[in-house]
Amino acid sequence: MLLTIISLGVIASLFGLLLGYSSVRFRIEGDPLADKVDSLLPQTQCGQCGFPGCRPYAEALVKGEAEINLCVPGGEDTIVTLAETLGREVVPLSDEHASHVPSLAVIIEDWCIGCTKCIQACPVDAIVGTAKQMHTVIAAECTGCELCVPPCPVECIDMRPIKPDISSWTWPQPFVAYGARN
Amino acid sequence: MSKLYKFPGGIKLPGHKAISTSQPIHKAPIPDRLFVPLRQHIGSAAECIVEKGQRVLKGQMIGRVSDYVAAPVHAPSSGTVIDIQKFPAAHASSLPSDVIIIEPDGKDEWMQRQPIADITELDKSELRNMIRFAGIVGLGGAAFPTFIKLNPAGHQISKLILNGAECEPYISCDDMLMRERPHEIVDGAKIMRHALNAEQVIIAIEDNKPEAIAALDALADGYDWLLVQAIPVIYPTGGERQLIKVLTGKDVPSQGLPLDLGMVVSNVATAAAVHHAIDLQQPLISRIITVTGSGVRSPQNFEALIGTPMSDLIELAGGYTDDADRLVVGGPMMGITLKTDVTPVVKASNCLLVQTPADHAGEAIIRPCIRCGECVKVCPVKLLPQQLYWYSQAKYHDDLQSHNLFDCIECGCCTVVCPSHIPLVQYFRFGKSEIWKKQQETLKADRARERSEAKTLRLERIKAEKKAQHAARAKKTAAGAGRKKEIEAAVARTKAKKAGDAGSAENATDNA
Repeated sequence: MLLTIISLGVIASLFGLLLGYSSVRFRIEGDPLADKVDSLLPQTQCGQCGFPGCRPYAEALVKGEAEINLCVPGGEDTIVTLAETLGREVVPLSDEHASHVPSLAVIIEDWCIGCTKCIQACPVDAIVGTAKQMHTVIAAECTGCELCVPPCPVECIDMRPIKPDISSWTWPQPFVAYGARN
Repeated sequence: MSKLYKFPGGIKLPGHKAISTSQPIHKAPIPDRLFVPLRQHIGSAAECIVEKGQRVLKGQMIGRVSDYVAAPVHAPSSGTVIDIQKFPAAHASSLPSDVIIIEPDGKDEWMQRQPIADITELDKSELRNMIRFAGIVGLGGAAFPTFIKLNPAGHQISKLILNGAECEPYISCDDMLMRERPHEIVDGAKIMRHALNAEQVIIAIEDNKPEAIAALDALADGYDWLLVQAIPVIYPTGGERQLIKVLTGKDVPSQGLPLDLGMVVSNVATAAAVHHAIDLQQPLISRIITVTGSGVRSPQNFEALIGTPMSDLIELAGGYTDDADRLVVGGPMMGITLKTDVTPVVKASNCLLVQTPADHAGEAIIRPCIRCGECVKVCPVKLLPQQLYWYSQAKYHDDLQSHNLFDCIECGCCTVVCPSHIPLVQYFRFGKSEIWKKQQETLKADRARERSEAKTLRLERIKAEKKAQHAARAKKTAAGAGRKKEIEAAVARTKAKKAGDAGSAENATDNA
């Protein structure tokens, strides 16, 4: 009886030590699930979800504090992948957000007064310029988040829809109705 | 004759080639307007270096390149640049692309040229550069810059294979080139062999082209490194990997290149273009194009300037028949349907096929897939088209990739044999471009994340630095006595300096 208690006690404390040690030794920095969710988001950093960027939204999603249908630029595809990753039900994008067109910010350079307000607003440093000098958008880096539009005092920033061109064109999904002619 | 092998799958197709080979190659006259697109090749578009109103000479470079995978474009004839604008491209999307419009002056005046006497004296990298700046791309249809292919990149090249198979029905431009100008191909082969240091050059021709084989055979006798090889007619034997399999029995690995096997495959017309570029110093400004099909009155081959509108060629070939209803650039198997005939001839345009309703009567009613497996039997790359079809419909991109969708050469064999008439290749193209788009989006998102993190870090760093500065200043102010002493010292220094200014400079330094 006593022997059983002692031996079980010893085994239990050994495992306890092992677990305690490994929780310190193999500690994972950050939140791996939040990282994964973050990687599914389009990284426009637009804040249209109500969070100050993609990472905070990802963290809120992991904690279960946010709906999965808040990402406007990501659209339906993102909702589906988020639902799969987080084990939640697919919900449609809210109506007010449904008509999102991918676009790029363009500064009308003649109107720009060089106030640097848009530069401060840009989350990805895609605007170059300095005080009292004309600013311009680096098109390749612009995520189309629209955060630069409201701060501009002279309304010289236009959001222009991205026109399809040959290098970004994709084949359409074949639509086949059985029984129809090819 | 050496032993030949077979590749898996493939189908026998009616050739329909004789209708366009009864007439010799006609030189198409200079059109009223030349439309030269800046993107005619795989890679990034060329950058326009001419202005509206500028006079250009024949062969003058009008679009330059800075990226590695790209090709410059040249003026096909002398004349005036009248505009640089968007114009519908010979592309499946029919989207507009940048085009330089030249109004030829009819003089056809060449730029200054200095033909090279002996290419063997040239440095190989210099030779490749000359081919690059002549804008040479693969003329078989893919339009990949040739100078990249001619770089052995450390590999020992055993075979340079010149592809004269021309396995797709209707197309006969390579056949006519081989019949009429075999010496150009052989001269080009000499240069390419030199650039690659290749041991052997094989010109592979399907055995339904006896005239072409005879013409090249007659020339090949003079060279021990040159072999003209007739190969059996089966579609798609002209595919790069299929041709290597037929000639050598070797398989190019899934993610690999023929270069990994010490081989390079190039089209026969590309060899002729290399000859023009090096021996005659003529950049790629024209090509041979087949205008054929039951929808044109007089099918034939033309040597047309790049930039000639397709409609001009149709006109030269007697015009459309009354029942012509579809315009395809390329062959009936892999070609793309054009929405308009104003698009110009580009470097990749090997064939212009005009079809009538009778030609596509076979595209009957589409029915569900019955999983008969006919498509698996004919697939030359051993894929499972019926499985890829489901995955593509469901957008299961991971499964598409693990089933090697990207090995698909879009030859169209599966579509032809499908008893349910499912346009399988369309599904594969859709799947490929969706995956490609996703990859681009991921890359862009990763970059945006990096930049956003970098900005956050920078703002935090600036904040921390400011805080540290404030703290340091506060500390100084707190030490009031120290501050007073500092002021006194400063006053003393100024006084000393003033005194020093009156005296010598040396004294001033000492006092300070």
